[in-house]
Amino acid sequence: MIRLVLRGREPRWLAPLLVGCAVVITYVLTAPLIRWAGANPMAAYRRYVITPLTTPVSIGEVLLTSTPLLFTGLAVAIAFRAGFYNIGAEGQFLVGAVAATWVGTTFDGVPAAAAIPFALVAGALAGALWILIPALLRVGFRIDEVVTTLLLNPVALLLVQGLLNGPWRNPVSQFPESAHIGPGFNFPTVIPGTRVHLGFAIAIVLAALAWLVLARTATGLRMRAVGLSSTGARFNGVGVERTMLSSALVSGAIAGMGGVSQVCGLQRQLTGEISAGFGYTGIVVATLGALTPVGVVLVAMLLGDIVVGADSASLVLQVPPQMGQVVTATLLLVTVGILVLRRYRPVVNRRRRTAETRAEVIPLEEVRQ
Amino acid sequence: MTSQEPLAVGVPLVELRAIRKSFGDLVANNGVDLTLRPGEVHALLGENGAGKTTLMRILYGLTRPDRGQILIDGVPTTITSPKDAIRCGIGMVTQHFSLVKPMTVTENVMLSGARLGPLSLSVARAKVFAAADRLGVTIDADARVGRLSVGEQQRVEILKALYHDCRVLILDEPTAVLVPQDVEALFATVRRITTQGLGVLFISHKLREVALVSDRVSVLRRGRIIDTIDAAGVEPRYLAELMVGRPTVGVRRADTVRPDGTDLAVAKVDDVPDPGTATAGAAPVLDVEDLTVAGRGRNAVDGVTLQVHPGEIVGIAGVSGNGQRQLVDVLCGIEKPTGGRIRVGGRDVTGAGPHEVIAAGLGRIHEDRHGALLTDLSVEQNLVFEHLNEFRRGPFLNRHRIRAYAEDVIARFDIKAQPGDTVGSLSGGNVQKVLLARVLVREPKVVVVAQPTRGLDVGAAEYVHQQLLDRRAMGAGVLLVSEDLEELLALCDRLVVLFEGRVTGELATADAAPERLGLLMTGAAA
Repeated sequence: MIRLVLRGREPRWLAPLLVGCAVVITYVLTAPLIRWAGANPMAAYRRYVITPLTTPVSIGEVLLTSTPLLFTGLAVAIAFRAGFYNIGAEGQFLVGAVAATWVGTTFDGVPAAAAIPFALVAGALAGALWILIPALLRVGFRIDEVVTTLLLNPVALLLVQGLLNGPWRNPVSQFPESAHIGPGFNFPTVIPGTRVHLGFAIAIVLAALAWLVLARTATGLRMRAVGLSSTGARFNGVGVERTMLSSALVSGAIAGMGGVSQVCGLQRQLTGEISAGFGYTGIVVATLGALTPVGVVLVAMLLGDIVVGADSASLVLQVPPQMGQVVTATLLLVTVGILVLRRYRPVVNRRRRTAETRAEVIPLEEVRQ
Repeated sequence: MTSQEPLAVGVPLVELRAIRKSFGDLVANNGVDLTLRPGEVHALLGENGAGKTTLMRILYGLTRPDRGQILIDGVPTTITSPKDAIRCGIGMVTQHFSLVKPMTVTENVMLSGARLGPLSLSVARAKVFAAADRLGVTIDADARVGRLSVGEQQRVEILKALYHDCRVLILDEPTAVLVPQDVEALFATVRRITTQGLGVLFISHKLREVALVSDRVSVLRRGRIIDTIDAAGVEPRYLAELMVGRPTVGVRRADTVRPDGTDLAVAKVDDVPDPGTATAGAAPVLDVEDLTVAGRGRNAVDGVTLQVHPGEIVGIAGVSGNGQRQLVDVLCGIEKPTGGRIRVGGRDVTGAGPHEVIAAGLGRIHEDRHGALLTDLSVEQNLVFEHLNEFRRGPFLNRHRIRAYAEDVIARFDIKAQPGDTVGSLSGGNVQKVLLARVLVREPKVVVVAQPTRGLDVGAAEYVHQQLLDRRAMGAGVLLVSEDLEELLALCDRLVVLFEGRVTGELATADAAPERLGLLMTGAAA
């Protein structure tokens, strides 16, 4: 019988060790599937993880793929940290993309020095506006933000589709895609010879800022307090509502900037596929990254790595490209499960299961906290 | 009825032999022998953590002993679950009732014995009446349990045990939740069921009760039975000595010894030089005037006026749920009053938030320790949280200063923890020390402290009491809200009694006879 006991201090080596264990367990669980699909699991994993990191161009692709996930992952992590469960990064990302497209096509003559900040601010405002209503409902009336933010996602998607099939339909091709943004709005490339653009650099700077605020400032400590226990934070004089509201708005703004980055950095126009579920994957990134900015950066890059790798694996090894998602999803579940051990220490009880040991097992609600 | 079959003389109902139980390094029971005879009340006396409850949990099948034997009617028996215990005729009533409040008395009693198959309400009701008759109490079998008083709810718990024809009734600190009048009624019930041949195991740490109700007393200390003696004519002082393991320092002030010589309070505090009570005429450090807080249906706090002067400890007595919690919440700045005025050191802080209240010089030691601290944050973060802005360097937290400050506080208050430990991983006593330390190190003018020793072991409780007395000696005012009358009587200079949110009495501790307090606490004498 194994019991879980609350840990006093978490050793520094623990989190990396657990993630390592999670990777091994994921391999054990998915290897039979890959073999069943007709490939050698070892070779497939090489393709997924190692191959994309072997050439500068494919490394660039990994960074490019991870860019939107950096924004959404960071957005989700910041909101979650303050106890605001923002499931709506997808919608905020989309309205950010809409805002960028609108300013980019309407003011298409603006030079880059003004255009890029303009687009970023517009996208951030749009994202913040999109989260404003759920945030106000949450702090004012305690209406569950999980539901409200989630429900606004399809609304944002319908907005995109409505625009693309209506006023923004491409006048030349008649395809449901917008006109191209003005040249001044195009993000410059930051790594020559690759497609890695300014959006990636902005995301990294935002992650660094987020780390600084969360780990080193009083504001960050108050945010964390609100997320850990709103009653405790309130007792200690933290303005719980204000903190939660501002964290939510920052979260929405970052997700919105992700949309800007995707439009101005890569697509140059709005399409119905501007987000490949980046908002939802952002939740995975934030959770796997233990809601820390450093974790978010690492996980976003790992997922980018696997996405790029899965493409080549499907070409070379004839494994269905969906196998990449199977591996990612398995990794998520295993990691979330195993990270419980960061807070709880397993103690093996040799005696047989008795009434008493049953009574001493920590109830699930406590483990979840 | 099986319970009234005559028993062979000399065969105890229950015999525990050499029971041992350890939890990790802690030996909760260390070779405990105990017998319970038919028709006797056997009191189990001991401080918190002496092992009383563990022993009873073993008998009731909730905990498995490491070693030892349980004999029921002289027959070795293995009890692995409460079901086994009930089958053996053992019933237990704990402090925390297991009642379904929206259900009626009869339904609750039925529920406890429910098996598959049809249930008959009329049969059950008849059984409830029969059991109530045995108890000698009248009870409305169709009343919803949630509407009953705590004392009545306890009676329902006892009814449940009798419904299963129990012959051994374990009462785990049954008086902890009761007002004095209900205690009397409980004792009458206990005496009545023992005349029917039941044995009662009565757990307590209150000497007076033990002397009143029991036939024999076993004193537990650190998991061992120190002595088992006849209760008749026993000196409470002797029991106290057995219990604590050293001659008690005795009562701190003469006024806690009643005229007949019984100790009201075996004070757990060392002798302190009495600094003399409140400086007469000094301005109050806490001045509460006509304070009102809205509650459900009626005002939770209703026109409370009280003052705390420098150098005095004022106690708030009352049965739980009579507005103490709301009063403390308002004083702590986490709830808004609907009327009245609060001044701390002359400064008006009515309706102010935590920051202003603290800045005015009020220290907050809330009864909900885990809500007052941020248990997922570290000790050092908690120690500075009320004053975060003082530990800033520009926009950043000065981590070196926080660490140095925390190490200093930890050393001064003897907290068994490292600055980086999460508060949630500490023991209850150390959690309370963290809360106490962060407040007291600031030397507030007045400390509002609620239920400071609830759930703590003797050593930790003693520490808390000593800290409060030190504050008093240093000229701070203390408002002590507690449900532990012994604690209030041992520490306070004055008592203010709350009933249904109103002050029903204010009296010097010297005049606080328990009967009088009981009347005030139940609103019988306003």
